[in-house]
Amino acid sequence: MAKMTMVQALNLAFKQTMAKDPRVIVMGEDVGLDGGVFRVTDGLIQEFGEDRVLDTPLAEAGIVGMAVGMAAYGLRPVCEMQFSGFSYQAFHQVENHAARLRLRSQGRFHVPMVLRAPYGGGVRALEHHSESREVFWAHIPGLKMVIPSGPRVARALLVSAIQDPDPVIFYEPKALYRAFREDVPDEEEVFPIGKSQIVREGTDLTMISYGAMMRPTLEAAEALKEKKGVQAEVIDLLTLSPLDDALFTASVKKTGRAMVVHEAPMSYGPGAEIISRLVEKSFYYLEAPIERVTGADITIPLFSRESSYLPNAARIIRKAEKLLSAP
Amino acid sequence: MPRKTINFPDKIEYISILDENGRLDKSLEPDLPQDVLLRLYRYMVLGRRFDQRLLNLQRQGRIGTFPPISGQEAAHLGAVAPLTTDDWMVPAFRETAAELYRGRSLESVILGNAGFSEGSSIPEDQNMFPMSVPIATQLPHAVGLGWAIKYDKKDNIVMVFFGDGATSEGDFHEALNFAGVYQVPVVFVCQNNQWAISIPRSKQTRSQTLAQKALAYGITGVQVDGNDILAVYTAAKEAADHGRAGKGATLIECVTYRLMMHTTADDPKRYRKDEEVEQWKARDPIIRFGKYLKYKGFLDDGKMKSIETEVDREIQDAVDRAEAEMKKLTDPLHMFEHIYAELPPHIQIQRSEMARELTELQKEADHG
Repeated sequence: MAKMTMVQALNLAFKQTMAKDPRVIVMGEDVGLDGGVFRVTDGLIQEFGEDRVLDTPLAEAGIVGMAVGMAAYGLRPVCEMQFSGFSYQAFHQVENHAARLRLRSQGRFHVPMVLRAPYGGGVRALEHHSESREVFWAHIPGLKMVIPSGPRVARALLVSAIQDPDPVIFYEPKALYRAFREDVPDEEEVFPIGKSQIVREGTDLTMISYGAMMRPTLEAAEALKEKKGVQAEVIDLLTLSPLDDALFTASVKKTGRAMVVHEAPMSYGPGAEIISRLVEKSFYYLEAPIERVTGADITIPLFSRESSYLPNAARIIRKAEKLLSAP
Repeated sequence: MPRKTINFPDKIEYISILDENGRLDKSLEPDLPQDVLLRLYRYMVLGRRFDQRLLNLQRQGRIGTFPPISGQEAAHLGAVAPLTTDDWMVPAFRETAAELYRGRSLESVILGNAGFSEGSSIPEDQNMFPMSVPIATQLPHAVGLGWAIKYDKKDNIVMVFFGDGATSEGDFHEALNFAGVYQVPVVFVCQNNQWAISIPRSKQTRSQTLAQKALAYGITGVQVDGNDILAVYTAAKEAADHGRAGKGATLIECVTYRLMMHTTADDPKRYRKDEEVEQWKARDPIIRFGKYLKYKGFLDDGKMKSIETEVDREIQDAVDRAEAEMKKLTDPLHMFEHIYAELPPHIQIQRSEMARELTELQKEADHG
């Protein structure tokens, strides 16, 4: 057990998985000697060599397309997109092939690849470095879409993603890469893809979030308890596709009030799907309209105005109070 | 400081062995055994006659739209002829005769064209990818397969197909670049059939040849007469040997012609002249190869006729089998197969809801 940042925890997942399984190949721009621009793959090339850690030419479709071929052959490539904002240049490879080669070959081939990408705001980055476009991927049949929220679960989910027989999009909240440390066990640990978890139990309302927004959501939940004695239940989705609707539906049946928090734009955002499921499965248990705290339907602003755009604890508390005051 | 010239390998070879008049360059003639030559001829005839039969089926509404291969038989059959069973073929969608040559069944082609996903099923013993419709997207897959073969320390090669239009796509350039960087055993076979639907080769690129695009990526480029199966075979054999020997990738440009429409949904009269098609018919790859086989004493008119009869029977049997098979593939819920290794719970629910709805609707229809 050691205290680790998310970057260190992800690095540990790679080291242990690669040592055990020679089929695991890490590839991407600057993932070798540079260790990745966020250092997630630091030291891997020294430990596993240039055959296992590929510094690729600068071409996202080339990287992902090549990984599709490698995965179909039987390897387990893990591609790094340097920023999720650059992954759109590989979008067609994911949509047309990674997500459907199993179908297109009627099961002869499958694509056990992972596409990792840092996403989201909060690090004062350049343009095209801060979007939260998880729904692009969550909408595609054949893919799985995972977003961890802390070091320990990030490590466990990455191991699961690498072992998964289907392609997994693995969004890493870059605002959390070094934001805090957690105890991470030495022995290998997995967390099942497709499962969410209750990270704070409560009875008065259900707050549903994931990724970098888990911190302000939990902060808001604590503040609501201290200020108003409100007991909020907080759910960390962890997997956006397939969505673990059983967990949040059961919670809302208990609390009767629900809100969704994400930094992605509101319209057609993850909240839209989560709320649809809640309406379908727990409508008669609802005591108030479901609330959303999200990014506006605009391009995320450059960093001088970013903090006004991103949901924070204060905004979440205001919406929670509105939700609680509904008759 | 005076300007200097940077020297790099800037020569592209052009290979023609058997010209359109049936003249043979004996010094370049490949040493292919009679059975292989006859097998290639048979598959050329099969590919051509299968096109005609599929066109009839399409016009009768028995299958959907499909991309005919006529005119390009030499350009793809000659290319796959040097491959071993363990080598990989990554097709685009106009290499049907080569897929058949490598073991794909006629029925699977018919089923696929009739809108059944079962048609793209690939047996475990065939190292072949399914046809790929989005242009050039299959090229990086070939690079990945090639990389994996090297990692696996095998001496197999990968052959990937695409058209002249594909050379304008980013994936073409990314794949050739990666292939150069990683020195993978990949043979890129461009079926330059002069037309990307309605866009002629001259409007696709200002390059004098498509083969020369290889030079920018540090791999070998060669242009061949794509209607000369001996030339295509020779270039493909050299490229395959080159790849097997660890010398990296090759781009082969087969100069050929699409004699029919892009797909059956297309009307080529809108964009090209009949005279042009007639000129290319004079360079027909099958007639030319037939003359060669007669000259070698491997074929005569009687044998040619009996090959056509045999092939027609084979096609008819396949149509019969495919249509019988289609009648059995009635379960609409098959659409939920092969989406994930294990269907997630919410899709299982969608599947059972669809099953229930379809049953209920059927009952209503029966009683209505």
